[in-house]
Amino acid sequence: MSRARADEEEYWHSSKFRAFTFDDEDDELSQLKESKRAVNSLRDIVDDDDDDLEKVSWSGDPVGSISWSIKETASSSTSSLESRDSSLQKGYSSYSAFPKQASSYSLSSLFKGRNKLPSFQSLSDALSDTGVKNYAPELRRPKAEYKDYSSDWSPKDTVRRMQRGKVCSLERFRSLQDKLVLLDEAVAGHDGNIITAVLIFLKRTLRKEILFQELEVRQVALCHLIHFLKETGEQKLLLDLLRFLDRTEEVALSQYREHLNIQDVEKRREFLKGCIGLPFSAEDTSHVQDHYTLLERQIIIEANDRHLETAGQSEIFRKYPRKASILNMPLVTTLFYSCFYHYTEAEGTFSSPTNLKKTFKIPDKQYVLTALAARAKLRAWNDVDALFTTKNWLGYTKKKAPIGFHRVVEILQRNNAPVQVLQEYVRLVEDVETQLNLATKYKCHDVVIDTYRDLKDRIQLAAYRCKVERGSAEEEKIDSILNNTQIRWKN
Amino acid sequence: MAFAGRRDAPEPPDFAILKRLARDQLIYLLEQLPGRKDLFIEADLMSPLDRIANVSILKHEVDKLYKVENRPTSSTSDQFCFLVRPRIKTMKYIADIINADKMAGRSRKYKIIFSPQKFYACEMVLEEEGVFGDVSCDEWSFYLLPLDDDIISMELPEFFRDYFLEGDHRWINCVARALQLLNSLYGPFSKAYGIGRCAKMSYELWRDLEEESESDSQGRKPEIGNVFLMDRDTDYVTALCSQVVYEGLVDDTFRIKCGSVDFGPDVTSSDKSIKVLLNSQDKVFSQIRNEHFSSVFGFLSQKSRNLQAQYDRRRGMDIKQMKNFVSQELKGLKQEHRLLSLHIGACESIMKKKTKQDFQEMIKTEHSLLEGFDIRESTSFIEEHIDRQVSPIESLRLMCLLSITENGLIPKDYRSLKTQYLQSYGPEHLLTFHNLKRIGLLTEQSPGETLTAVESKVSKLVTDRAAGKITDAFNSLARKSNFRGISKKLGLIPRVDGEYDLKMPRDMAYVFSGAYIPLSCKIIEQVLERKSWLGLEEVLRLLNGNEFSVTESAGEDSPAWESQRIILTVFLGGCTFSEIAALRFLGKEKGYKFIFLTTAITNSARMMEAMIETKA
Repeated sequence: MSRARADEEEYWHSSKFRAFTFDDEDDELSQLKESKRAVNSLRDIVDDDDDDLEKVSWSGDPVGSISWSIKETASSSTSSLESRDSSLQKGYSSYSAFPKQASSYSLSSLFKGRNKLPSFQSLSDALSDTGVKNYAPELRRPKAEYKDYSSDWSPKDTVRRMQRGKVCSLERFRSLQDKLVLLDEAVAGHDGNIITAVLIFLKRTLRKEILFQELEVRQVALCHLIHFLKETGEQKLLLDLLRFLDRTEEVALSQYREHLNIQDVEKRREFLKGCIGLPFSAEDTSHVQDHYTLLERQIIIEANDRHLETAGQSEIFRKYPRKASILNMPLVTTLFYSCFYHYTEAEGTFSSPTNLKKTFKIPDKQYVLTALAARAKLRAWNDVDALFTTKNWLGYTKKKAPIGFHRVVEILQRNNAPVQVLQEYVRLVEDVETQLNLATKYKCHDVVIDTYRDLKDRIQLAAYRCKVERGSAEEEKIDSILNNTQIRWKN
Repeated sequence: MAFAGRRDAPEPPDFAILKRLARDQLIYLLEQLPGRKDLFIEADLMSPLDRIANVSILKHEVDKLYKVENRPTSSTSDQFCFLVRPRIKTMKYIADIINADKMAGRSRKYKIIFSPQKFYACEMVLEEEGVFGDVSCDEWSFYLLPLDDDIISMELPEFFRDYFLEGDHRWINCVARALQLLNSLYGPFSKAYGIGRCAKMSYELWRDLEEESESDSQGRKPEIGNVFLMDRDTDYVTALCSQVVYEGLVDDTFRIKCGSVDFGPDVTSSDKSIKVLLNSQDKVFSQIRNEHFSSVFGFLSQKSRNLQAQYDRRRGMDIKQMKNFVSQELKGLKQEHRLLSLHIGACESIMKKKTKQDFQEMIKTEHSLLEGFDIRESTSFIEEHIDRQVSPIESLRLMCLLSITENGLIPKDYRSLKTQYLQSYGPEHLLTFHNLKRIGLLTEQSPGETLTAVESKVSKLVTDRAAGKITDAFNSLARKSNFRGISKKLGLIPRVDGEYDLKMPRDMAYVFSGAYIPLSCKIIEQVLERKSWLGLEEVLRLLNGNEFSVTESAGEDSPAWESQRIILTVFLGGCTFSEIAALRFLGKEKGYKFIFLTTAITNSARMMEAMIETKA
């Protein structure tokens, strides 16, 4: 027994590196299957000339390793009926035959086109041809690495076998070159399951910086690793990878994302505080800052209000008990809440609507919509009125809204506002047609009647007469208008 | 909708065998763990399982059924079987159970059945958790669930996010295997068309599988002649539109799950919900599913009147006639009555919900976006929608539609809409916006540099692999939608001369009220007409290419074969009921029969939800 061989056996027996296999179950059957596979794989080797040519041209470098090319020979010569251990020995013996085979080719012949070597006719020729093309003269490798199994497959076959869910060891892909060829084959095979499997192996057997560097030019594989790390929750490695790639924004977002998993509000608030300094885009930084501030406010408001509610002193909380806590709610919901429970508070308090509006720079439109909905819900019509009333410099009051009055009407109506309130706002709708529609829909008779009168539309007005209650004030009004001889009807 | 002189579409093949195959394999797998056992089923697999097996079949093999959920089990059985999707989270759940048993010194047998296949990453988790040798693993190759005569679903909604957002190719193998199975049962397919990167990869992997398998299908008379593969990202616009054909509306409103729907009390007008199977077996549904919603009312009321008339016939019957009536007709009438009242109830409920939501205004906005008019007005509509805190999903959908049709939002709008969105629906949607940007559904127009200049720079980067860094910019640019250009080239917006008669549709645009012909369906129509991509070069350039068309078996193009008119359309990333309705319409017009194979039935809400981050 040569020293090299002893070393090798010792390596395999003592190594803590267990062979990387995905499926070891079918020991007995595997032998039979193995031989079938060997036969099947021949077809690939014989047929797939183009693919092999591609491998050479892939980077201009010779691809594959010595053990790989030996395997090609071995798989045809070694009996597959042997167990793995004995095949190791037998395979080893074929190693001695290797240099002879290789030496028959000059380096330059490696790059010759296939048809320039007319002697490649037989099956074995074709095999060695394949081997040669992928042969990399890595002379500095220790001998102990020149091993093979009957189950040694080319990267392509390995990928193919894994795709079929068959037993396959990746452990012998030890050189970086081998690993990368394997990865590229996996990517070329289009099966994400296999790409991830190879990446798991690479991740285990390569320093992360080396892995990252190689993935940078392999976008598909990179996506798979990122997704894998997300799914397995290996946040630290994920962040390292993203940092390596200079994807700073993703680093920030990925860290920020973790807040979703924090239930405790105090902890969440602390966590968010830590997020503010992360390298978000300028725009997102302010969003995260707002997120923190909002939660901080909510915690204060929640504590106060819970106290108020349990004390039973405050009328509004007694009358409208809170249905849910305000914690972790969106800003607009918080604003609604504060317009509902804390509308009249001075700007100095954290829970006052004006304070919220200022702190978060809530646009007028948004503010008015929300306040309107909250005050209408409480049927505080005076507040609603005040919301839209402005005084001009002469002291005249005027109704103005940053949203269309038809929206105002709709919100009021949804909150069952009385007709008197409703029709005031219906009158403010600018577009006459919309106004008439809304007025009819919500039975604001006065508005309808006045509009028809202004439009001088006698027919419509007469028709509307049967829609109002008999003997009502509205009917009387219609009658008096219809009888008014001063109006010049258009019809 | 009858037109003279057109060929009748051939009948679809019978897909019942797919169910039988799946059922038999499952039972076989369960038998591999002999004796009494408890079965834990993943929630996502329950509905599909329901469609192929019932509890009584499982009961032969199984004691108790549990749902896989994050709770410790109280089961006392000494054999556990887990029927799961290959997910890391689920593996951890199973490992926890096993490890807890180990701690308690309890010994049980465990088996995991992965559907449709196991992933190496799952086995890795089992290994890491120290339970690898303690469980046996099997695969249940349940790739294909026939939902109807012409719809087969892979029931993989996660396909969309995994592939299009994360760039993970893990499901491509399943698609290839599904194609292999269909090809072996109903092929050989003689012609294959496709568009999209995933379509291409799926096709190539499938061909690989075919070359390896020994089955010789030559000379067999195929039932399906053509296959057409399409990536969802070829056409996001169609999937983002509000659906207005009945089946689509039912899906948007109530969520059709695995071909059945839960009608709640508001539909059944009783205090309980009813689960209804929606397919061609339902005599009422099958007649209205593809109709524009506006024609459905008329149909239902006509149907009700007929039913009434049939019931009324029993007046004036003598005893014998009455006996006949009761024994022969009454059951059918009652059944029809039940179905009618359900669908009328559903219509009412839809109407109620839609009027509440300003549906009319929303549709108007969508149509303007599709046509490219009044963009400012549409933008403010969306803004107001957000401010009023109306459905967060709808708001996202409208923003995406705006972005895709306009090739991205102008930066000012993007910023303002995003801010308001976060204020209305929660700041954590920062993550949603990031995802939408990555997938290309909601992007910001890059200021300054013209796109073509950037494009050429980027493509130089790509060809020069040594240069290395392919930036994110490339990714989003690659998905530039070019919708306006495509729409113009393909004439997706029908010219209106007078009112579009939705009851007598003249083209596929009827599925969107006559305003828009679904892009995905238009592409299929064009390619089938030309039997190639020739003449569509300009469109392909705008669609970012990746098209292919391959004749599998030459010389078998004999038009006499009905199979040549049967087209298996494969939607990678999901297809909507509107698209199904449109292609069914096209099939009737042109004498094709489309079979739909989709990774899942989708709609705008499902797509948007897939973009939202949830806690782990």
